[in-house]
Parts: sequence; C-alpha cells; structure tokens
Amino acid sequence: MRRPVDTGDPDRLYTVTGGRSRADTTFDLVTLVVSECEPAAGMQSEHVGILELCRHPTAVVEIAAELRLPITVVRILLGDLLAAGKITARHPPTARSAASLPDTALLKEVLHGLRSL
Amino acid sequence: MGSAASELPTRRAPLADVAETGLKIVIVGGFGVGKTTLVRSVSEIRPLNTEEVMTQAGVGVDETTGVRAKTTTTVAFDFGRISLNERTVLYLFGAPGQERFWFLWDRLFSGTLGAVVLVDTRRMDDSWYAIDRLEHHGTPFVVAVNRFDDEPVRHSLDEIRQALALGAHVPMVDCDARVRASGKHVLITLVDHLYELALAREATS
Repeated sequence: MRRPVDTGDPDRLYTVTGGRSRADTTFDLVTLVVSECEPAAGMQSEHVGILELCRHPTAVVEIAAELRLPITVVRILLGDLLAAGKITARHPPTARSAASLPDTALLKEVLHGLRSL
Repeated sequence: MGSAASELPTRRAPLADVAETGLKIVIVGGFGVGKTTLVRSVSEIRPLNTEEVMTQAGVGVDETTGVRAKTTTTVAFDFGRISLNERTVLYLFGAPGQERFWFLWDRLFSGTLGAVVLVDTRRMDDSWYAIDRLEHHGTPFVVAVNRFDDEPVRHSLDEIRQALALGAHVPMVDCDARVRASGKHVLITLVDHLYELALAREATS
C-alpha cells in the first residue's frame, strides 16, 4: 500500500509545482475541497486529477493519497486552483492554537456520531 | 459490526455533497503497536497512506560540510474516515511516534481534537516520547493499551499508569485494536474526556 512518491524522483515533484516549495498553509489536512468547474483541455494533469476527484467534497489528505503526492505539493496545486476560482474550500472550525479546545456543542455532535456507529 | 474483518469498499465512496466540516483525531504509537489496525477497525474506507516531505537545511542532522545541503525528511502516515453525519467527517490519522515526526506535528496536526496514545506493554518505552511531546504541545490525549495475546505478564492499567508516570487526569482504556466495538470505545473515551475538559473550561470562563 505504501508508495513513497519522493524516492528517487525529486525532479517529478519539482516539475509538478513549477519549482515552488512554499505551500498555501490555509489548506488544512481536513479542509474539504469542491470543484467549481470541469477540467479543460491543456490543463496540467495534476490539476485535472484534483478537479475530477473533487466533484464531491474531498479532504486535502485524500487528494494527496489518491494522487500519490506529498501534502505540500497538493497544497501548492490547490493554491493555484483556488486563485483561479476553479475550486472552493470548506475549512475546519477556526485554526485553534495548540492549547485551546473545541466547544462543547461540536464535541457533543462528535460523540453522538461515534455512538451511533 | 464488531467483526475483525470489516468489509470496506474497494472504491472510495465520496462524501455527501453537503459535507462541510472536517475534524481530526491522531493515533500515535510506536512501530507495530496497531495504529493502522485501529484505524481500519473503525474507518468507513480502507485506510489510505500518504506522506509529507519536509525540505530544509538540516534539522537534527549533522552539518558535515560548509555547504548547507538541503535534507529531505519524509513522514508517512495512514488515515481513515468516519462520517459522523452528512455534514461532519472525522479523519483518523495513524502517526509514527518517532522523533522526526514531531517536526511536522504543527504543520499536519494543529487543530486536532485530541490524540490517542496506543501502547504495547511489551514495548512501553516507545510511548514515553509521544506522551512527552503531546504534553508539550498541549494536546489532550487518552492512553489505550492494545492487549496482545502473547503478553508475557499482563500488567494492570494502574501499573501501566505508574510505569508511564501518567497523571491521574489522563484517561486509560484497554482495547483490542482489531475489534470495531473496541476501537469505537477508545474514540468515545477520548471525546468524553475532551467534552469534560471543554465543560470545565466553559464553567470558568
């Protein structure tokens, strides 16, 4: 199941991102991404892959796993698509500082969901 | 339900179109402790694997020459998914507890609801570091002891609490990571704990 994408082939990642290594950090691992358009001819294949995958809401981490790309690379690609208005992003509840906790209403919802599994 | 061999779809079922909130819980533990097994037992999808690559001038790496060569650290992790309802999805991450992983904690797991430290009593030392780091990061956690059939001596939770120097405020639970009901119980123990913490905080604010 494991398939390291970076071993022996750093050039591929360099090409995919056009040499960029700084990712858009607004995309959390569990930000849900939704396509706002269909892939068009001439698009980079990774962009096409993302738009096809995200016809239904798909978490950033699932996109990375499906496309077999590191999270950072996926964040860069998502930044491109967001800037071009081709996707929208549903972010998790406000990025919290490490020491704070989510509210009781949210936790109640989680408990309810887990109990009915 | 509750069977060890859960039947997961081979193709990834998409989330509902109204899904809007992704949440995460991290399961930390040493190699072979059963993280992926636990994720698999409760996940609605076959666990997927992905990785993060960190490229920077040597973190925790000796600089052997005057040239600041870039080092690449790769951390792989598994994850699974539980749709709590149509709008809310919980992602479970099985994360290795080794040192290099913690450099990526903030980038990957900031905003996590909490963590489960999965413990193998035959290799308790593997858990020390993870517990220390979670306390350092202020991430609330519970300790789940994965019971293996070939434990030479079966230690009680109290003995394990002492061995790990765990405070009385950290919930502990026995589990069998292969069993769905048991995995579910571990997650509920964690979220119950988080709920208590949140209630206490709301009462004082």
